[in-house]
Amino acid sequence: MSVKILYFAGLREALGRASENVELPAGIHTVGALRDWLAGQGRDKLASAKNLRCAVNQDMAGPDAAIRDGDEIAFFPPVTGG
Amino acid sequence: MNVPTIVRIQEADFDLNAELTALRAGDARIGALASFVGLVRDINDGAGVSEMTLEHYPGMTEKALTAIVDEAKTRWDIYGALVIHRVGPLQPCDQIVLVAVTSAHRGEAFAACEFIMDYLKTRAPFWKRETTPDGARWVDARDSDDSAAERWQ
Repeated sequence: MSVKILYFAGLREALGRASENVELPAGIHTVGALRDWLAGQGRDKLASAKNLRCAVNQDMAGPDAAIRDGDEIAFFPPVTGG
Repeated sequence: MNVPTIVRIQEADFDLNAELTALRAGDARIGALASFVGLVRDINDGAGVSEMTLEHYPGMTEKALTAIVDEAKTRWDIYGALVIHRVGPLQPCDQIVLVAVTSAHRGEAFAACEFIMDYLKTRAPFWKRETTPDGARWVDARDSDDSAAERWQ
């Protein structure tokens, strides 16, 4: 399956990219597994970043959240608005 | 009466008086209007701040703010709610955010306004980057903001 990944704020800067479309190998079905797989593809900051947050289709999601073909998945640091 | 929920993300500044006047216009049920305005300070974590840039997640930010206001409406008997949050480059003394709530009595308006602001700080995807004499840095999230949001759970 393929998904769209978005990165924001300090994570976007550290990775040098705001988004990417990725084709996932079989067996990647959760946010946590996706994060681990991306970290292994050279996105080192995804492994080392503390308190990283994630959203699936623009809703906050934990590491056990399911991902499906065509999803928009975002990784970002804790929010600091207001 | 319709119950307006207005959520706006914009680069432009906002006119406080015009926004508050519009929120309560023509609705004689309203006996209370509580509002909060967040401003850019010129110092943070011990360093001078000469400029701040706000980034957001277009689409999710609006969705998250609307969900926060909807949650407030289930908790308190409020009539209208307005959230305006600016993005892009800002200077010290600039307005960043406006939250305003109308209700019959002050208790609901005060509580809902504080709730929306506390949830905005911890659940709406915005990120601040500030320019200091040592260069630019991303602002770290504060534990005190998490504590403030947890009071409502």
